Amino acid sequence: MIDRAQVLHVAKLARLALSEDEVERMSRELSAVLDHIEKISELKLDGVAPTSHVIDVVNALRPDEPRPSLPRDVALASAPEPLEQGFGVPSPGAS
Amino acid sequence: MSELIELTAAQAAAKIRGGDISAAELFEAYRARAAADGDDLNAFTWVADGTPAESTPDAPLAGVPLAVKDLFCTEGVPSQSGSKILEGYRPPYTATAVAKLAQAGTTLLGKTNQDEFAMGSSNENSAYGPVRNPWDRTRVPGGSSGGSAAAVAAGLAPWALGTDTGGSIRQPAALCGIVGLKPTYGAISRYGMIAFASSLDQAGPFTRDVTDAALLLRHMVGRDDRDSTSLAFPEEIATPQGVDLRGLKLGVPEELTGEGIESGVREAFNATLALAEQMGASVETCRLPHAPHALNAYYLIAPAEASANLARFDGVRYGLRVDVGADDLTSMYTQTREAGFGTEVKRRIMLGTYALSSGYYDAYYGRAQQVRTKVADDFRAAFERFDLLVTPTAPSVAFRLGEKIDDPLAMYLSDVCTVPMSLAGIPAISIPNGVSDGLPVGFQLCGPAFSENRLLSAAYVLEQALGFDGSTARA
Repeated sequence: MIDRAQVLHVAKLARLALSEDEVERMSRELSAVLDHIEKISELKLDGVAPTSHVIDVVNALRPDEPRPSLPRDVALASAPEPLEQGFGVPSPGAS
Repeated sequence: MSELIELTAAQAAAKIRGGDISAAELFEAYRARAAADGDDLNAFTWVADGTPAESTPDAPLAGVPLAVKDLFCTEGVPSQSGSKILEGYRPPYTATAVAKLAQAGTTLLGKTNQDEFAMGSSNENSAYGPVRNPWDRTRVPGGSSGGSAAAVAAGLAPWALGTDTGGSIRQPAALCGIVGLKPTYGAISRYGMIAFASSLDQAGPFTRDVTDAALLLRHMVGRDDRDSTSLAFPEEIATPQGVDLRGLKLGVPEELTGEGIESGVREAFNATLALAEQMGASVETCRLPHAPHALNAYYLIAPAEASANLARFDGVRYGLRVDVGADDLTSMYTQTREAGFGTEVKRRIMLGTYALSSGYYDAYYGRAQQVRTKVADDFRAAFERFDLLVTPTAPSVAFRLGEKIDDPLAMYLSDVCTVPMSLAGIPAISIPNGVSDGLPVGFQLCGPAFSENRLLSAAYVLEQALGFDGSTARA
């Protein structure tokens, strides 16, 4: 069961400004899904290693050498507010 | 022109090489069909507007048009992952899988519609409208790669690329009566695929037959320095051959073939098991004891990874930004994400954020990753006794548009037969297995990691024996 206060807390963590209708709906729908999902708590899993990678792979490393990447103007071209050297955003000041 | 459309991709490639048809006329035949589809199936979000530059004539797939799921980044071409938050986004680079196929000679026909960020089993979650099933336009094509499946089934493309996280290639292939393959995790680079759940996402082919699936796969596999989880494929992908299944040991997991499978789907499945036996395979039931928990683990792991992956959509570097006026960065983030994401994506972000949040991590995400280990162990044990395991691909035929959209749990259950293989990272293929009430049914085969050649050969033999005719969907 996930209540209204939890929905609002999680929405804040997820940076979502949910509408009032959505808060009510999320509480109901996520509770139903979680009720189903919680069946995994019935399993005995003591000592079972969690999966970190499905195929046996040990570190994939490469030399730490500079390589060409996207030119700055290309990387900035899709931005809503490109500035000369970077991405423009509102000041975090007011919050 | 209709004769061109009836060629498989392998046949078309051979005819172009032999000079019997031109790449330009083939491309235009498909381009015209794809462009004329419009809102009918709504399979495409973008269609090429002219004939592409000639590819290298001696490339193996020279001149064969390819439809590509929207979430593959394609340089200069809209790549929106079915989301409003990426509306109009044209990436500055191309995904490795698409680039490799272009090198092999394919030409980009269009981008296909999909569930937003690949989250869905019906293609109703696209910000660009639902896709319809070419077998019955009142029904869904499956998802999340619904546009790719519908386009290939309807003959709007000879073949297409999709991605599969928990069944997003296999389930729509089954519902549309075509072949869909999810390769071993890591077989194909994920570079340039707009991520949903990184430990599960895998690109793969949608084709009319098994031979085409092998051909497309052959030119996509391989290690890529830009995806550190990609791996060198240990052998060449062969052209599937064979006339019988003698000596092949097939296992039928009880947990994925019993309760919850629609009767028409089960009948078709059992008939094909009998056929496999006639062709020399041994067929025995087996157990995957943790498979019933796979779906629950998946719906924690995939949303958890998605909540992290989708943090990048915040109105800063690309896509939508909601202008909040005042200097308030947090409001810009929250309003942009609220306006840009659809209902299902928000639901999964919420679920994933919850599962990863302080106090819940061990009980949900940690436990789910332990279940994942057990699911993979079950498969490993089964493959000590069996060469391949077989199940129905989806528990039902294509359902009606709107039927499950307000019931997330019912929708999630569409993936019950495909999710276990995704968690285990193993390859699985869905082939057409006849029809039930006039709608296609899928038959799924899966094998150990990197067993694609064995999988494709068995699928090929069954396909030849089944003789499925998908031409009515192309009419």
